[in-house]
Amino acid sequence: MLERLGLERVDELFADVPESLRYPELQLPAGKSEFEVLEELRSVARRNSAASDVRSFVGAGAYRHFIPAVVPFLSSRGEFATSYTPYQAEASQGTLQSIFEYQSMLSALLEVDVVNASHYDGSTAVAEAVLMSVNVARGRRRDVIVSDAVHPYHREVVRSYSDRIDIRVRGDERERTAGELASLADEETACVVVQYPDFYGRVPDLSGVAEAVHEQGALFVVHVDPVALGLFRSPGSLGADIVTGEGQPLGIPVSFGGPYLGIFGCSKSLVRRMPGRLAGQAYDKEGRRGYVLTLNTREQHIRREKATSNICTNQGLMALRAAIFLAALGPHGLREMATLCYHKTAYAVRRIAELRGFAVHEEADTARFREFVARTPIPAAELVERAQAYNVIPGVALSRFDPQRTHELLVCVTELDSRADIDRLVDVLSRCHEGNAA
Amino acid sequence: MRRTTDRTIPNGPSGEEKSGAGEPVRISSGRPGVPPPLIMEESREGRRAVDLPEPDVPEAELPGRMLRESNPDLPEVSELDVVRHYTRLSQTNTAIDTTFYPLGSCTMKYNPKVNEMAAAEPGFAQSHPLEPEEATQGSLELLYRLQGALCEIAGFDAVSLQPAAGAQGELAGVLMIRAYHEQRGDAGRTRMLIPDSAHGTNPASVAMAGFEAIQVPTDRAGNVDAKALREACDERTAGLMITNPNTLGLFEQQIQEVTRIVHEAGGLVYGDGANLNAILGIVRPGDFGVDVMHFNLHKTFSTPHGGGGPGAGPIGVAKHLTPFMPGPLVVAEGDPLPWENEGVSGADGDRLLDGNSTAAASSEAASRRVYRTAMPPRSIGRVKAFFGNFGMLVRAYTYIRRLGPVGLRSLAENAVLNANYLKALIGDVYPVKYNRPCMHEFVAVGNVVEGIQTMDVAKRLIDYGFHPPTVYFPLIVKEAMMIEPTESEGRETIEAFAETLRRIAREAREEPELLHGAPHVTPVSRLDEVSAARHPVLCYGG
Repeated sequence: MLERLGLERVDELFADVPESLRYPELQLPAGKSEFEVLEELRSVARRNSAASDVRSFVGAGAYRHFIPAVVPFLSSRGEFATSYTPYQAEASQGTLQSIFEYQSMLSALLEVDVVNASHYDGSTAVAEAVLMSVNVARGRRRDVIVSDAVHPYHREVVRSYSDRIDIRVRGDERERTAGELASLADEETACVVVQYPDFYGRVPDLSGVAEAVHEQGALFVVHVDPVALGLFRSPGSLGADIVTGEGQPLGIPVSFGGPYLGIFGCSKSLVRRMPGRLAGQAYDKEGRRGYVLTLNTREQHIRREKATSNICTNQGLMALRAAIFLAALGPHGLREMATLCYHKTAYAVRRIAELRGFAVHEEADTARFREFVARTPIPAAELVERAQAYNVIPGVALSRFDPQRTHELLVCVTELDSRADIDRLVDVLSRCHEGNAA
Repeated sequence: MRRTTDRTIPNGPSGEEKSGAGEPVRISSGRPGVPPPLIMEESREGRRAVDLPEPDVPEAELPGRMLRESNPDLPEVSELDVVRHYTRLSQTNTAIDTTFYPLGSCTMKYNPKVNEMAAAEPGFAQSHPLEPEEATQGSLELLYRLQGALCEIAGFDAVSLQPAAGAQGELAGVLMIRAYHEQRGDAGRTRMLIPDSAHGTNPASVAMAGFEAIQVPTDRAGNVDAKALREACDERTAGLMITNPNTLGLFEQQIQEVTRIVHEAGGLVYGDGANLNAILGIVRPGDFGVDVMHFNLHKTFSTPHGGGGPGAGPIGVAKHLTPFMPGPLVVAEGDPLPWENEGVSGADGDRLLDGNSTAAASSEAASRRVYRTAMPPRSIGRVKAFFGNFGMLVRAYTYIRRLGPVGLRSLAENAVLNANYLKALIGDVYPVKYNRPCMHEFVAVGNVVEGIQTMDVAKRLIDYGFHPPTVYFPLIVKEAMMIEPTESEGRETIEAFAETLRRIAREAREEPELLHGAPHVTPVSRLDEVSAARHPVLCYGG
């Protein structure tokens, strides 16, 4: 090959690289064979408690759910995994049709008109929804109201995306109901953002909120959990204009926080302002149906600085996982999974509330889904630490997000936790507390 | 007995409204290569793929008025339906695992399967990001090691692994540049210079950060025009976003001069790392004056592209930008923090050698270290929940660990050699504008005869079993065809591809209709994208 190029050595190809900088001595360990590397990585992985039989009740935005075997099996096929953005539609119908199916299934679940091909995760989906709301108002409304019960990390990401471009984010300084948030809106407000179910596992009653938000000319953004929607009212039926969500519970492992799936949907009237890729139906000359990437004039590769977003690479393979998951569960399976979570959460709430020194705040007719806050007799962080002796991680201490909230533990229970697991959690909590008394 | 499925399609395009128009015809689609119907169309009431147990706890009362009135309209299919549906869908795709995929600027190299095994290790895959740090030392160690390796490879003082993709790395980097100038009371710097050959994400990211994008032309040799750059630089200049090697596949010949011009004007240099594959172990962007750069782990470090993602877009920064990084970062107890004045740079040899081949001793040393997370003092904030696309980070680290410094350099040399060889094999038929060695890719022109466009050549390549190159980009080359063979391909594949391109050029002259009608072998021929955009159907029944 060098001969054909009229060269003697391959380094002649790098003549344009400044000579003084060429060939740095990289201080990296020497390469290893495949089995040695795998063994080394396994030994690193074993330092995680997830490698042993520790029982964890940690949720807070990342949830361990049942993943049907077909999900990893099919999504890891090389034909899906090692392709890229389907720029050449005819050679990528598998990817395009699966995106279209994902969009269709999510659209049915959320009951919104359009769902796009994915964002990075729930947090960036919310941040992009905020930017989109400002764009829909042609930049004239730059006030954004966010509930304090939106995931704290998501609110941080919203601020990272907003703070330096004069978008004012407010409303989360204290606890407010969705109705109270809506009443903060005025003619400067681009959108009101709530989470459903919220970060603390409560399913807020959103009836009438959309109307109040719309009265001020603002958009209503609802950030959802897709599993909960197997059981609870859809954001579309509650009047949401933009729906975002964390799709991780749909067949994606917790994997230390990523890769996840940013769900993003909106009503038809807003679609030309929507960020992110979209698959659409198309026909060829012979009338055969196929799928293409469509409405591309919103996107950076066409519009550059005038695009609706800079997003290019998304989370396509995670969207495929979600699609396979939803197809495998079907309408009944998803409802059953959500119902199991609901009953088990209720059971855990009741059992922990009965424990001496513990309390689970009862708000009249608040529904809970998969998660709840337990008030703890000793600092929750200490409780978490003590529980490790019993191979249990009983939840997340809320002090991790807000140093003031020292005695609150966010506990997550899913369909994977058996009654015996929950009983053991209760037992361990009680021992950890009594250990304190003794 | 084999169950065949039918798909219903309208009988040809008939007017504006295509869906549902005309008399339906039935086409059997049970044969391979033909896509199955939509999974919603395969739904049969009462079928299901998986079951769930009955509740083993007392059932609580359901809050009636909060509930969904009817189950979501999802397909009802058996497990075999699901398996067959998605298997057959996959068979209509081209992918690296099936086909040469020279998609320029996307680095479609082979994705080693050991990466998948490492990421699927239960200790990683089941590791929860909010478990106590003592319970996730393995994940933190992995992140720490990767931060160090990327610092070393590209010559930076610290790396944040948070950004989920290259474009998000760009946004984070530009926000950091903005925060840096603001911190110094230099808030008038609101213009970002961008070469006209840049990826579309660059100007889009700049706009998201509230900056103005100013275009800088390319000179005759395919470099950023240094004279124009000098003229564009002033007290309003926040910085320059540069891709090197650039999207023409060329190494910027005056790169040190270019970064010096920007620095002297008080600006910072952002490096788009999309093309890092060409220069691994050859030269480090930090050494030629880049202040902040994103890596595309899914390109350079072999993580699968997943039909569009996920990727991972970590950013490396020079010392002066470390206080502004998106966090959290992973630090080892006892190490100075990257933004502290004293102490080592991120590319400290000791920590990189953790888990070195002198096996037992050093891996024991590694396992004694304690890792924790830290937020830089003037961080632009989180850009993503948790720690970035962790699963992709495991894969990328596995790849780096396999290759080591020798392997990394050798892969860059092979990527560049393959590209130059391919260019030599087709350059007489598909002209390449800039006559000097290319890096990992090159830009040829595809409209070889009048009446033939680059898109026709691209579509015809599909008939011969190749994925087409990137077309119509970069925008500064008309009828561009951007070809990146990567180091993964053997000589035979490169030669077969070149021979096919030459054959297509002959066809273009002799039988142009073959190109106009291409592709011929795919389940669908060219789709009407204009109608699709005019009357968008974006979901089933929509």
